[in-house]
Amino acid sequence: MIPEPLKTELQSSIAHAVTRREAAVGVMKRLQSHYGWMTDEAVTEAAELLGLSPLQVEELATFYEMIYRRPVGPKVIHVCDSISCWSMGGETLLQQLEHHLEISAGGTTGDGAVTLLPCSCLGNCGNAPAIMIGEQLHGPITVQQALDLVGRR
Amino acid sequence: MEQVLFRHNHPDRMVSLEEYRLEGGFEAWAKAVRAMSPDEVQQAVIDSGLRGRGGAGFPTGKKWSFVPRDLPGPRYLICNCDEMEPGTYKDRVLLEKNPYLLVEGMALAAYALQVNHAFIFIRRGYEQAAHNLRQAIDEARRAGLLGSNILAGGFSLELDLHQSAGRYICGEETALMNALEGLRANPRAKPPFPAIKGLWGQPTVVNNVETLANIPAIIERGPAWWKGLAAIPEAAGTKLFCISGHVQKTECIELPLGITLGEIIDGPCGGMRPGSSFKACIPGGASTPYFTSDHWQVAMDFDAVAKAGSRLGTGGIVVFDQNTCMVGATLNLIRFFARESCGWCTPCREGLPFVQHILERIEDGLGRPEDIDILREHVQRLNYAFCALAPGAMGPVEGLLRLFGDELDEHIAKGKCPFKGSRSH
Ligand SMILES: Cc1cc2nc3c(=O)[nH]c(=O)nc-3n(C[C@H](O)[C@H](O)[C@H](O)COP(=O)(O)O)c2cc1C
Ligand code: SF4
Ligand code: FES
Repeated sequence: MIPEPLKTELQSSIAHAVTRREAAVGVMKRLQSHYGWMTDEAVTEAAELLGLSPLQVEELATFYEMIYRRPVGPKVIHVCDSISCWSMGGETLLQQLEHHLEISAGGTTGDGAVTLLPCSCLGNCGNAPAIMIGEQLHGPITVQQALDLVGRR
Repeated sequence: MEQVLFRHNHPDRMVSLEEYRLEGGFEAWAKAVRAMSPDEVQQAVIDSGLRGRGGAGFPTGKKWSFVPRDLPGPRYLICNCDEMEPGTYKDRVLLEKNPYLLVEGMALAAYALQVNHAFIFIRRGYEQAAHNLRQAIDEARRAGLLGSNILAGGFSLELDLHQSAGRYICGEETALMNALEGLRANPRAKPPFPAIKGLWGQPTVVNNVETLANIPAIIERGPAWWKGLAAIPEAAGTKLFCISGHVQKTECIELPLGITLGEIIDGPCGGMRPGSSFKACIPGGASTPYFTSDHWQVAMDFDAVAKAGSRLGTGGIVVFDQNTCMVGATLNLIRFFARESCGWCTPCREGLPFVQHILERIEDGLGRPEDIDILREHVQRLNYAFCALAPGAMGPVEGLLRLFGDELDEHIAKGKCPFKGSRSH
């Protein structure tokens, strides 16, 4: 169950939209930040708020890169694997992070704290190799700096 | 060099509304709302020769003129800030430095189109840009530059921000409208074109951030002045180039359209990095065929770049040095497009992973001579996809076949990638 203030906040964002559906992505993102990921419960709650079926929400949730339908750690490192970062050593950076965090790309550390995800261009190509931790862009970045940022050194 | 889009920029922070106005900001808007008709604004944009900065280079004023003036019901303007084409980051830099320019440009476009409700569709991860925009919209509203009865001229405009959750296809204008409506972001069939039937079935114009941000200068200083900013008479205005890869300075820079590739790389980019020499570049974002040193003198403008076999695209220039494997680069690009395929139509959903597989095979030393023909055939076949993503994806493959056939052959003949181990990182 989501707390009342959050529910009120979401209802008012839906009321502001031209159609209820228009608010769907915003609602999913807000619920995700509440739960940490887009849980089954969150899908049902989003559906109720938006006047959609859970399946219609699922159809959206599975479409977007930044909606997590599986648990992730409180710290998510997104490592850009697109062309500019590739040209500046992005592949090596990802391998080094896998090595130091002892997980493979897509995984979460044993203590559940850090998730490592390769991702498409972050729009930070001039600062390659680029990563995003939470919603903060970083780059150019070394493996040590990245580990520092998630408290893993 | 004359700057239009970056004129108000500070190195370390966003310009303030006060500073922007002291330097002439919102004067174009005031002038239009008080003293110009919507048609006059549209005509100025037509006369300026402004072409869309979102990738296709469609003439902006002409696009606006397709919107019927007499259909009942609302019409919409959408600013496309999805910016997920690898190698492209200009819209982010622009909004981080000066969101007012976009607010003013959108106000002018909305006025010309008689739109009262406009949207900015912004990609995931652009939190700072979104934050700046929200601030700019709030301030503009409080200053009476947005909202109802703006500057007592009788025109009203609401601007809403929609933050997306990350998928490249959301930048395609009809997929974008689905995304905005809260539908799964597959593209829509055209026709009907958005100008007739777009967002919620109403007439809609979609323009890129940079396109819209040019409009205040066109209105303020006049279309002839703006057009003359270009380096060659066939071009019009300036362009934000986003530089990345193996050059000294990898920044977003505003330059006259029509400047040559060589001038960009040797000039503002500061040349290649130590130990690197120029081999090739992507001239306009991930979907554009490569340029090599043979293209050094090409004027970076829409028509000239097209004539030289590529596209100006978004102006995202990714530079590669002598140690770069072009098969590897192309494989990286195809992986991106295969991942970002929205899955709606078969040629793209099935074809791109297949092409990826062939390139992987070649890069891993398992390529076969007939693979070249398969690749060539797929450059043709993927033109039959439902939207422009798949043909765009094949741009680099086409360039690879045309310009780096030797390199492909060498991979196949030697049974390995000749560049393995040639780079330190
Ligand atoms: C797959 C795909 C992705 C696109 N992504 C963007 C984008 O991120 N930003 C953008 O402005 N245009 C993008 N476009 C182009 C838009 O469809 C549209 O042409 C453009 O926003 C129109 O603006 P303009 O006329 O100002 O250039 C994309 C097109 C395709 C096919
Ligand atoms: S070409 Fe690709 S992205 Fe476009 S509709 Fe088909 S599957 Fe979707
Ligand atoms: S290619 Fe990595 S941020 Fe754009």
